[in-house]
Amino acid sequence: MIRYFIAAILLAAALPAWCALNVFATVPEWAALTQELGGDKVNVYLATNPLQDPHHVEAKPSLIARARNADLVVATGAELEIGWLPLVTQQAGNPKIQPGKPGYFEAAAYVTLQDKPTRLDRAEGDVHAAGDPHIQTDPRNILRIAQPLAARLAELDPANAAFYTARQKAFADKFGAAIANWEKQGASLRGVPIVVQHKAFTYLIAWLGMTQVATLEPKPGVEPTTSYLSEVLEIIKQKAPKMVLRAAYQSDRASQWVAERAKINVVTLPFTVGGDEQAKDLYSFYDDTIARLREGAAK
Amino acid sequence: MSRRTFAHGALALALGMATNAHAATDADLDAIRGEIRQLKESYEARIRALEDRLKNAEAAAVAPAAAPPSPPEPVAAAPAAAGGIAAFNPAISAVLQGAYINLSQDPSKYMLFGFVPSGDIAPGPRGFSIAESELNLSASVDHLFAAALTFSLTPDDTVSVEEAYAVATGLPYGITPKFGRFFSGLGYQNEQHQHVWDFYDAPLVYQAFFGGQYTQNGVQVKWVAPTDTFIELGGEVGSGTNYPGNDRNKNGIGDGVVYVHAGGDVGTSNSWRAGLSYLQTASSDRAYSIVDASGIDTPVSFTGRSRIAVADLVWKWAPEGNPRERNFKLQGEYMWRRESGDLTYDTNVNAALAATSSYSSRQSGYYVQGVYQFMPEWRFGARYDWLDAGSVSYGDNGAYFGDVDFHPQRTSVMLDWTPSEFSRLRLQYSQARLVPGVTDNQWFLQYILTLGAHGAHRY
Repeated sequence: MIRYFIAAILLAAALPAWCALNVFATVPEWAALTQELGGDKVNVYLATNPLQDPHHVEAKPSLIARARNADLVVATGAELEIGWLPLVTQQAGNPKIQPGKPGYFEAAAYVTLQDKPTRLDRAEGDVHAAGDPHIQTDPRNILRIAQPLAARLAELDPANAAFYTARQKAFADKFGAAIANWEKQGASLRGVPIVVQHKAFTYLIAWLGMTQVATLEPKPGVEPTTSYLSEVLEIIKQKAPKMVLRAAYQSDRASQWVAERAKINVVTLPFTVGGDEQAKDLYSFYDDTIARLREGAAK
Repeated sequence: MSRRTFAHGALALALGMATNAHAATDADLDAIRGEIRQLKESYEARIRALEDRLKNAEAAAVAPAAAPPSPPEPVAAAPAAAGGIAAFNPAISAVLQGAYINLSQDPSKYMLFGFVPSGDIAPGPRGFSIAESELNLSASVDHLFAAALTFSLTPDDTVSVEEAYAVATGLPYGITPKFGRFFSGLGYQNEQHQHVWDFYDAPLVYQAFFGGQYTQNGVQVKWVAPTDTFIELGGEVGSGTNYPGNDRNKNGIGDGVVYVHAGGDVGTSNSWRAGLSYLQTASSDRAYSIVDASGIDTPVSFTGRSRIAVADLVWKWAPEGNPRERNFKLQGEYMWRRESGDLTYDTNVNAALAATSSYSSRQSGYYVQGVYQFMPEWRFGARYDWLDAGSVSYGDNGAYFGDVDFHPQRTSVMLDWTPSEFSRLRLQYSQARLVPGVTDNQWFLQYILTLGAHGAHRY
């Protein structure tokens, strides 16, 4: 008797997890968005952590194992995961998540990518042929992606279609209002000159209307040399930028070097959900980003 | 709407003023002026309000704020370069390699004492040379298959097909079949192309037991278990024509490989993979030469069965899982080989002295290596190789052969610089004691350049 009882409890405990849609999110922002839209109907696995460079990831055994059971892969696309995701999907033996299938979702397909390189040549550093893939730095892109992602969840799990649609509507209202608020808070940042460590903030800069005057990397993904940083110091002297922006996952060496010499603030942005202690979800991620930027500009 | 009303009102006023102007008194004029001023003020206020609304609406259109979200923008079109006749070209990449090599011993006399020679395993020519170049083509074939082709272009102007395989994509239940010519999935390093190795040359066990690397011509099926911990079972059958097997002019299956791999993460900073593999193959009159007890190089041939077991472990560490700044990789493989069959001892001097007798050997070896990236772009690595020539029984031929009690070993250190994902320069020093009483000091200065398509970050 007690055996049946335990079995029933185990079954009841296992059932919700079993029914839920297994989602394999490549980066924290899509894990957070899928969770917002899917609630308890989705089981989200996050493939990378916020302190990892999403490009420099290997097709680890753990990723293949998780992709094996996934119903949906939510990726950025635009070559961000080119080094590892194709290998993972090929080795997982899972037909549902192959590119082109409904179980493969690329967020970059739903936003207009900026900074398409005019010269496609490896001599230009880590250039992405399709455009800058770091789309999550502008919250309006999150909103644009929420609807097709909810539609995809509904397509894969038609029984809960109404649930996803309702969650998406609620999210759009709340997040839209939040964006209006961030824009109000960020209004003072318009036109503020800044320096970035890596060309990773294209969308954020465009959204808030800041002006990028220099990059600490001579070419995207190429480590700066001292002589190059000296040139940057000259630019800083002339254009007096307010701060140097650095993503949390990047080394602080170059930005500290410049900060010490040019007496300029280094602002470390979470870059994605979980990038620092404050950025707990999509809302606090942008709250924190704006707060840090305002603080950096005010100093 | 409101602007039009304002225009109408202004027109009516003007007309009214025009018709009544001559009859108007000063008081009337003041009254009219007052009304106009009021009208003007009220309309200006309304225009200002409208302009504000317009501004807000414009801002809201940029950020589709509280409004119901707009339908998704159309999917961005593929870049123009991908159109036209070249649209379906496969991904192409080329790997160029070269080296400057300094060896204290003659590479043409390179051998692993106590082990059967196994193809071209010498460390390369002295002085400047280009090493093997590679040309890769890969693409989806159709909705069922993806395929890849790798040419190996050797410095002596020969071209060989290193790999040419297809993978059936998207089969359910974790099954991935592969067929054609491919590096066998046994062990860890075997599946890696030479240009991604962490050292210039292959571990001694790979040289001794596989002639560098074990290539399969056949079919592979891998199955990934539906568990959160990575567990993979694999099996291969093939022609068995590669060392330690050889071409036996045989129908059916020439060799078989089975393996199990497991792997996972430990916290966010560590990951691992371990495996056990087993290969069985056979050879018929696999000819080689051996120095017999009287010091004469004698042709012998082996007919029989080879069995190899491999245990491998890889452990990787990167702080917070981000290998960009610092990371460490520990890798080791242990291999056992057992060969049993007949050995024919065949002196050139006198055919009558040719003698065939039973032969069996049990040999083993391992390597262990660690590679530490101590700052971006720079890595330091050390490797230790050890072989055990083990016990060899020559049956009735025993009198011809001396005892083999020696452990070939090699210690290597390397420093490499990787300015981008596509280039690497490496300096390696190895001290090899492969033959009793002989030490080979080997220096390698090597470059590896990748052109074209972005390679995969294999674990």
